[in-house]
Amino acid sequence: MSTNLESQASHKDKSHSKIAALLSVLFMGLGQIYNKQYWKGISWALFELIILIFFIKPIMSGLHGLITLGETPQVRQRGRIVDPGDHSILLMAEGLMLLIVLIAIVGLYYLSVRDAYLVGKMREQGQRIMNFKESVRNIWDNGYAYILITPTAICMILLTVFPLVFTALIAFTNFSSPNYLPPRALVDWVGIEQFVRLFTMESWRGTFLGVFSWTVIWAISSTLIVVFAGLFVAVVLSQKVVKYTKFWRNIYIIPWAVPGFVSILIFRNMYNGQFGVINDMLRSVGLNPIPWLSDPTWAKVAVLMTNLWLGFPFWMALFTAVLTTISKELYEAAEVDGATIVQQFRNITFPIVMVAAVPLMVFTFAFNFNQLTFIYLMTEGGPMNANYNYAGHTDILLSWIFKMTLDNGQYAIASAVALVVFLLIAGFAYFNLRNTKSMKGEA
Amino acid sequence: MISPKGKRAINFFIVYSILVALVIICLFPVYFIFIGSVNPGSSLHSSQIFPSPADWNWGHYKALFAEHDYLTWYKNTMFIAISNMLISTTFGVFSGYAFSKFRFAGKKQGLMAIIILQMFPTIMGMIAIYTLLGAFGLLDTHLGYILVLAAGSVAFNTWIVKGFFDGIPNSLMEAARIDGASNTDIFVKVMLPLATPIIAFVAFNSFIGASMDFIMAEVILRSSSNWTLAQGLFTLVSGQANNNFTVFAAGAVLISVPLMVLFFVFQRFIVEGLTAGAEKG
Repeated sequence: MSTNLESQASHKDKSHSKIAALLSVLFMGLGQIYNKQYWKGISWALFELIILIFFIKPIMSGLHGLITLGETPQVRQRGRIVDPGDHSILLMAEGLMLLIVLIAIVGLYYLSVRDAYLVGKMREQGQRIMNFKESVRNIWDNGYAYILITPTAICMILLTVFPLVFTALIAFTNFSSPNYLPPRALVDWVGIEQFVRLFTMESWRGTFLGVFSWTVIWAISSTLIVVFAGLFVAVVLSQKVVKYTKFWRNIYIIPWAVPGFVSILIFRNMYNGQFGVINDMLRSVGLNPIPWLSDPTWAKVAVLMTNLWLGFPFWMALFTAVLTTISKELYEAAEVDGATIVQQFRNITFPIVMVAAVPLMVFTFAFNFNQLTFIYLMTEGGPMNANYNYAGHTDILLSWIFKMTLDNGQYAIASAVALVVFLLIAGFAYFNLRNTKSMKGEA
Repeated sequence: MISPKGKRAINFFIVYSILVALVIICLFPVYFIFIGSVNPGSSLHSSQIFPSPADWNWGHYKALFAEHDYLTWYKNTMFIAISNMLISTTFGVFSGYAFSKFRFAGKKQGLMAIIILQMFPTIMGMIAIYTLLGAFGLLDTHLGYILVLAAGSVAFNTWIVKGFFDGIPNSLMEAARIDGASNTDIFVKVMLPLATPIIAFVAFNSFIGASMDFIMAEVILRSSSNWTLAQGLFTLVSGQANNNFTVFAAGAVLISVPLMVLFFVFQRFIVEGLTAGAEKG
């Protein structure tokens, strides 16, 4: 067989590459065998055989499940399950996974065709072709980077990419409590119905806009407050009269060192309206206690103040480092010119430290936008807001999604909100990355 | 007109009153939790701010172990945090090195994907993760939780490690290659020792991140024998009456002390790592 092919090929030397590629399209490995790379060809062919025998059926049924989301509903008679029926969400997950497998197979198919084509081309140009052993070595050398990346890639595809795509898909179904919960009932594709509900139904739109604007306010103000507090402390520490700077600095860094969830829970107790230590103090100096966590506005103030306590040490440390790099002569020259301390700060200190701070502020903003651990541990989103669907006054978008999913079973609309957040973050990320040096510098 | 000397005195006074006020603000919550843990009463309501040392009651520490699953939570948290640290640091160092020092097809797209994916909190894919773990029987198991945590921190680690290796000249690698060193030799014997500070930072970060996490734990770990400390301590104080406040305080002290020590040991790496990471981004 191979001698036959060979004699044929020798007649038209010019088209090794095309013939090899075409053969590989017909069946993986044929092109390689045609190129006289027998072991390689057999490996590819075996690979395709395995796929044909073991994977075709699951892939077809998986795709079918993904499209229909199940056809047989559960049948019950007198409370007993007669026919378990299809579980739409499992079918969807299975279908999506097999779709990923299919895409990977198509990718490998393309690689095998490309390999056959390239080797064919080398033959046309009369270059020597690597034998199997050399090929394996070559893969090890050139593929070293891929081997290093593989664990990360698998982890991220399974537990980051897959979940995000899955969430996006759920946003287009009616998967929700109480009527569309598998395995008792089937779930269906409903197109953009959830988005229509979210943006046109009064209660949903009100909740979304309310929660969204608080999220933005929270993310911006929490970042700014913390940055300026950090700067303030760093500037105070840099004053000439301050002795033992290191001692003070180490005390101020303590809030950063205390585990986050511990300090949040401590503050939750300190702000407690009835028994909290803060209200005790207010009472002891004759002031009225403040309903910290039960009044919408005070709850927001409490959340921001707690974040201030937690967040300023990092910025203080950063700014202290930056301030030491500013040359003393600048200030001395300014003093000679009669500049006041305020003027010195505005014209020398501020511009220099901000150069260092802005990129980190963007990061902090993005981080706070998604900071649901903080909100949830501190207030659980409360106090309740009667006008909102499943959200409280201090809920940010992510904690709202979290509550809708975990406590209320509103999976579909929670996913729709998640998809909107996804687009917001992606837009922000794109805008933000367009100008960074590390993306530009790379070839 | 105030004399220069008087001016300096005023300045001194202002600066030091700010410093002292800040010390009080920074230390009060820490003091509050410590004193809470040795308070005679048991609820937040009855706890005093300045109990006399004679009344200090160390019994709450005993109660933690006798009446609550504190030891189990502690062990769970440490196991999870260390496993996550090992997995996500190893993976992150591998891929960060690959992205920094090799040229390969798809590198740019891969990097872009990592930066963007790193911005999405794992919680957004909650439903899928729940379904997926359920399908593999990993719900309410530590293995499932560790995998989710590792996947969540590996992108950030890759990014930070890549930034570090970018700063190491390629000539080092080429010189070693001329001496006949293989890829693995270069990586293990030349590059890894150089990267110790950034590995320390990434490892510390993954350890802390995992021991601080609450939300994903709440999604995945449902039974109280599998809980982490964050979940356990949260249930102690989440009610309105806070009847377990002093026990919570004792538990908080026991976890905070080692983590704070760790923080001060690693402090230098942390500030450097964070600023470097963000500047590269």
